[in-house]
Amino acid sequence: MIKAVMMMNTQGKPRLAKFYDFLVRCLPVEKQQELIRGVFSVLSSRPENVSNFLEIDSLFGPDSRLVYKHYATLYFVLVFDGSENELAMLDLIQVLVETLDKCFSNVCELDIVFNYSKMHTVLDEIVFGGQVLETRSDEVMKAVEEISKSEAASNSISLVPKSVSGWRGGR
Amino acid sequence: MASSNSLMDSLFQRSLEDLIKGLRLGESTFISRSLEEIRREIKLTDLSTKSVALQKLSYLAALHGVDMAWAAFHAVEVVSSSRFAHKRIGYHAIAQSFSDQTPVMLLITNQLRKDLNSSNEHEVSLALECLARIGTDDLARDLTSEVFTLLGSSKALVRKKAIGVVLRVFDKYPDAVKVCFKRLVENLESSDPQLLSAVVGVFCELTAKDPRSYLPLAPEFYKILVDSRNNWVLIKVLKIFAKLASIEPRLAKKVADPVCEHMRKQNVGKSLLFECIRTVFSSLSDQETALKLAVAKIREFLVDDDPNLKYLGLHALSIVAGKHLWAVLENKEAVVKAMSDEDPNVKLEALHLLMAMVNEDNVTEISRILMNYALKSDPLFCNEIIGSILVACSRDSYEIIVDFDWYVSLLGEMARVPHCQRGKEIEHQLIDIGTRVKDARLELVRVSRALLIDPALLGNQFLHPILSAAAWASGEYVEFSKSPYEIAEALLQPRTCLLPDSIRAIYIHSAFKVLVFSLGAYFSAQEPTSPPLAQESTSSGHSVVNGFTYNSISSLVNMIELGLCSLSGTIDVEVQERAKNVLGFIGMIKHEIAEKATSQNSETEAHRAIAFMEDVFSEELGPVSSTAQEKVPLPEGLELNENLEGLQEICREVLEPMAESDYSSDKVSFSVAKLRIRDQEEASSSLPPPLESSSLLAEHRKRHGLYYLSSQKSEDHNDREGNDNNTSNEYPPANEISVDSFKPKKKISKPRPVVVKLDEGDEPKRKPDASSSNDESLSRAIQTALMGKGKGKEKEKERVKENHEMNVDTENIEQSSRREKKNKKNGERSSKRSSRRQRGKEASVTKPVEVPDLLL
Repeated sequence: MIKAVMMMNTQGKPRLAKFYDFLVRCLPVEKQQELIRGVFSVLSSRPENVSNFLEIDSLFGPDSRLVYKHYATLYFVLVFDGSENELAMLDLIQVLVETLDKCFSNVCELDIVFNYSKMHTVLDEIVFGGQVLETRSDEVMKAVEEISKSEAASNSISLVPKSVSGWRGGR
Repeated sequence: MASSNSLMDSLFQRSLEDLIKGLRLGESTFISRSLEEIRREIKLTDLSTKSVALQKLSYLAALHGVDMAWAAFHAVEVVSSSRFAHKRIGYHAIAQSFSDQTPVMLLITNQLRKDLNSSNEHEVSLALECLARIGTDDLARDLTSEVFTLLGSSKALVRKKAIGVVLRVFDKYPDAVKVCFKRLVENLESSDPQLLSAVVGVFCELTAKDPRSYLPLAPEFYKILVDSRNNWVLIKVLKIFAKLASIEPRLAKKVADPVCEHMRKQNVGKSLLFECIRTVFSSLSDQETALKLAVAKIREFLVDDDPNLKYLGLHALSIVAGKHLWAVLENKEAVVKAMSDEDPNVKLEALHLLMAMVNEDNVTEISRILMNYALKSDPLFCNEIIGSILVACSRDSYEIIVDFDWYVSLLGEMARVPHCQRGKEIEHQLIDIGTRVKDARLELVRVSRALLIDPALLGNQFLHPILSAAAWASGEYVEFSKSPYEIAEALLQPRTCLLPDSIRAIYIHSAFKVLVFSLGAYFSAQEPTSPPLAQESTSSGHSVVNGFTYNSISSLVNMIELGLCSLSGTIDVEVQERAKNVLGFIGMIKHEIAEKATSQNSETEAHRAIAFMEDVFSEELGPVSSTAQEKVPLPEGLELNENLEGLQEICREVLEPMAESDYSSDKVSFSVAKLRIRDQEEASSSLPPPLESSSLLAEHRKRHGLYYLSSQKSEDHNDREGNDNNTSNEYPPANEISVDSFKPKKKISKPRPVVVKLDEGDEPKRKPDASSSNDESLSRAIQTALMGKGKGKEKEKERVKENHEMNVDTENIEQSSRREKKNKKNGERSSKRSSRRQRGKEASVTKPVEVPDLLL
């Protein structure tokens, strides 16, 4: 299964971090931050043009592997165990990036910074509880658009009553 | 007033985007200010405000490490909103922050149930996602029937997520198998590749934990393997078969054909090809055609320019190396070439493969070449190299080593590699060889001497363990030493103050052994030799080795006395006590040394004392089996097998959180970068203050030459070094590592010395299987589900019987422990006994599971 998905920029600032491994997910947040920093310090020490895989048992427990890809100012990182194929995981990063590119047309770091919630929507369609469930970016896009629509619909009803309910609730 | 406040809060609330903009301007103060706002906003009754506050909090928790456990109840409030946007925020927060210990966990069961039954497929997926990530035992139990319904959903989006959630539900609540398993299996025949991918993924995870239970599904998986065209699906099925074939060899034969077919396809994806190769290497390596094809295909990876493929190719080879070394040998050019790759991963894999190819004919040459590599590599890789040489050479009681003199001097060389941090392993091997291989002791003493007399080595804390071994060997095997005097001098040199106290104690004890040996030789000499010129004759080391004269012995005694005087006031009790012991001994015999020179009376008190001490040290120390402790008979009346279940119950609460914190502190907080920094710090802090010590060292060297000893001896040493250089030049330089080195050369110059081996305990003990009870109950449930109802009842009976047997077993423990005492092979026996129960259980559980004949 996939244990974690992370995105961070080349300065080490996390842009997205999602943990599926139960042990890691239940760690206190400071420990999770430490993990992210640990991953970054390994990544930043690697030269360009070398392989994209790392054995990372020291951070994520036995049988942990990491694959990363460096796009412009961002690192995309997947941590997974022996039930995933390394090259398939590399492809999955590609799927994720392609989908984001469709989502934001020419995705850049700022898109990812300011669309935190949409990022999660995209990711949740691809990876579900550590399992890869969708690899076609068109399908992901379709689901993401539907979700955005139903979100917008549920919010538009609320626009007017918001202040009113505030009044009532206060009284 | 309160109302206007809340209105203001709602109207002018910062959105998540505002928060992010603010964070980009300046972090630390902004976070704490925002947190205050969030704490206020989240308490308001208006759900929109509340949800935005929760959203901001989840963001800060995920990316800025802010704690959000306190907001658990508010997350429950938000998730209960009827609006989809709120729900999303609520579920996101819950999935991110809830753990098994969250007290409000119970409150979300009904909400989850409601949303699982929702008509909006995206609401259903939110609930499923949440369940997949935080599902507890209770949630899994209470929501099993909803999951069952969703497994049959007509909407693909919902159905594939329901399939995904099954993994969590089974894991937490094995009885859910009875309800859901049939529908899950039905999905294996789905025509939708996404559904198939999901269900195969689930089975891949399940099979990895307990392959045996899923053997009956082999025909279904086989069909997918042959029919599917989807790489994702095929990869997962291959992974399943890799597990199944390793427990059912007949399956391997059957699967080999379709796997080969996938490999032969022209435009097969690299990921699938790699998975095929890995499957063949790990589980189908007995199938000759498949293995040959896979080895041929792996070459494409090894020669590819893509470092990823090269790395994976080498990695796959290392899987097969143990069983079919020829596969590696066929690709040795690529392996050797990879040693000088710029990618550290590739280098490391190549190193492992290289070590797999080492045998007794080429070990000398490969080690020589690798040592040259080590000198040029970065510290990390350098130590990897040294470590793998140590492991490869010591395997099976040094099986591949013929020339131990060479190996011992290689160990000595390792100590002189600047980055060497493998002191512990080298220490262990030096002592191990000393105790096991008699013929190597002469060389061991020579190497130890070279290490001990070099004062520079004392400054490197990573070498301290090696020095400790060298000191021990010099003392224990002092009879091989050419000049006991210089050994004693080296053991007591001033810079030994840099050693930790435990090792200093070993130094002193070794000096004691040297002293006793020298005195013994002096007193047992038939007639006292004439006093003059004695000092020279011993120190030159060429004449009579054991020829001690009055002058030489008294200068040795004086030197030891002088060296130990300052130590008798050390704070460390071990050092102090040993120093005082030696001083006391010297005090006892000192005056009689002088008498011996004049009188002929051999039966003095000192003579007896020395003879006694010699006796004490003369008994040979042998290797000790790691199971030796178990061979010690149990003393009467000591009950070791007493049932301590009660205690365990009491301790559980105390132990569990500890285990958790262990995990976090050991595994998680560890990071390579930190380690490096710490190493540097330690190294720098362990070094003595630079100014003072370096001037001391310089002065010291001026006085004694580079080495501690007088010029005559250092000449002797230089000679030897010269020889070393000559021999090392004979080997090819590192970059010209030739393929020929792997060809077996038949030149046996001298017979291999005897290596003392122990019957047992040399190999590390196998750990007993520790499968958790939950896994067991899951596999039982699966097996029951796969066998139908009738046999299920039989199973129940069996289980009852088993439990009964277990009780009997515990009653029998006392009896069996008594039996054990009589048994000679206690170590092996007891481990067998402890696993017997488990194996028995396994056997009874797994017997009925058989692969249907149609497949075999």
